[in-house]
Amino acid sequence: MPGSMGKLPEGSLILSESEETALKPLAAVDGQPAFEEAWQAEVLAIADTLVRNGMFSAGAWSDALGAALEEAAVGEAIDNQETYYRCALQALETLVASNSEIDRQSMAGKRKDWEQAYLSTPHGQPVNLKTE
Amino acid sequence: MSDFDAKKVAEIHEHLHSHLPSESALRVKALETLLVDKGLVNPQTIDAWIEAYTEEIGPKRGARVVAKAWSDPDYRQRLLDDAPAAIDELGYLGKATAHLKVVENSDTVHNLVVCTLCSCYPFSILGIAPAWYKAAAYRSRAVRDPRGVLAEFGVDIGDNVEIRVWDSTAELRYLVIPQRPAGTEGMSEDELAELVTRNSMIGTDRDLGEG
Repeated sequence: MPGSMGKLPEGSLILSESEETALKPLAAVDGQPAFEEAWQAEVLAIADTLVRNGMFSAGAWSDALGAALEEAAVGEAIDNQETYYRCALQALETLVASNSEIDRQSMAGKRKDWEQAYLSTPHGQPVNLKTE
Repeated sequence: MSDFDAKKVAEIHEHLHSHLPSESALRVKALETLLVDKGLVNPQTIDAWIEAYTEEIGPKRGARVVAKAWSDPDYRQRLLDDAPAAIDELGYLGKATAHLKVVENSDTVHNLVVCTLCSCYPFSILGIAPAWYKAAAYRSRAVRDPRGVLAEFGVDIGDNVEIRVWDSTAELRYLVIPQRPAGTEGMSEDELAELVTRNSMIGTDRDLGEG
């Protein structure tokens, strides 16, 4: 309560923001937006769409996401939304690779194409992939 | 290379890369392009999904369900007996609520929902799960130390209140009906819905009459 502390009872503990976060890691992020970047929303949108379309089941998605999160936890990744959505992306790539004709190689190739498109497009111009 | 040239090259390099998306964003773009090319997803569907879940759905649908349950005892009973059918009455049924169980708080029972495996959540009525619901800290602590987790959210549960922790799965998700606050007898469903917080429908909020 900045600016409204008034007189505190003797022995009151004043916590800095970082101390508050350390002591209350969950409450500290309450109220944060569900997505920090557009790609995070896209990952969930694609996953849910593929479940609805029947490429894989909700249970398969849960298992793959759970496995990726477990791996991140074992690797002591930071417990934040960035890590969560990276795990979601990893799970999505795994499920797409095992349930469609899209393989890891084509994912890597298309990723490279997008990088090139961004690097070769001047600022302010729409970024499009070259059509073959 | 002169200092000037080196600085200029560094500036150009920085400029070029400043609008290069993150590694994750590039991978998502790649995946979406491939899925669209193969006809496996429609880009308009993805855009519509994002718009709906970030702007329209939120926890408002869940709040409407709770407000109706508070106002209409018959609806409350139908919700407890067969949540998907009762939610379908309001037109909110979605893939994530096709298998839903509704649990009700009372003076002696408090319900808390978690997904210990990943982040299963009734998103078609509550929107996208909050950041803390997806955190490893919540997923591991909610079962082990529910009172500690609740205390962190400012909810002190008396020893006379039993805490029931529900572990969600892809096949079964949960919605908590919090207790109706005292002094709200004359309120309309719209007014009641305004009182219902997202956290109260997950279980990390309890006394809606306070604050």
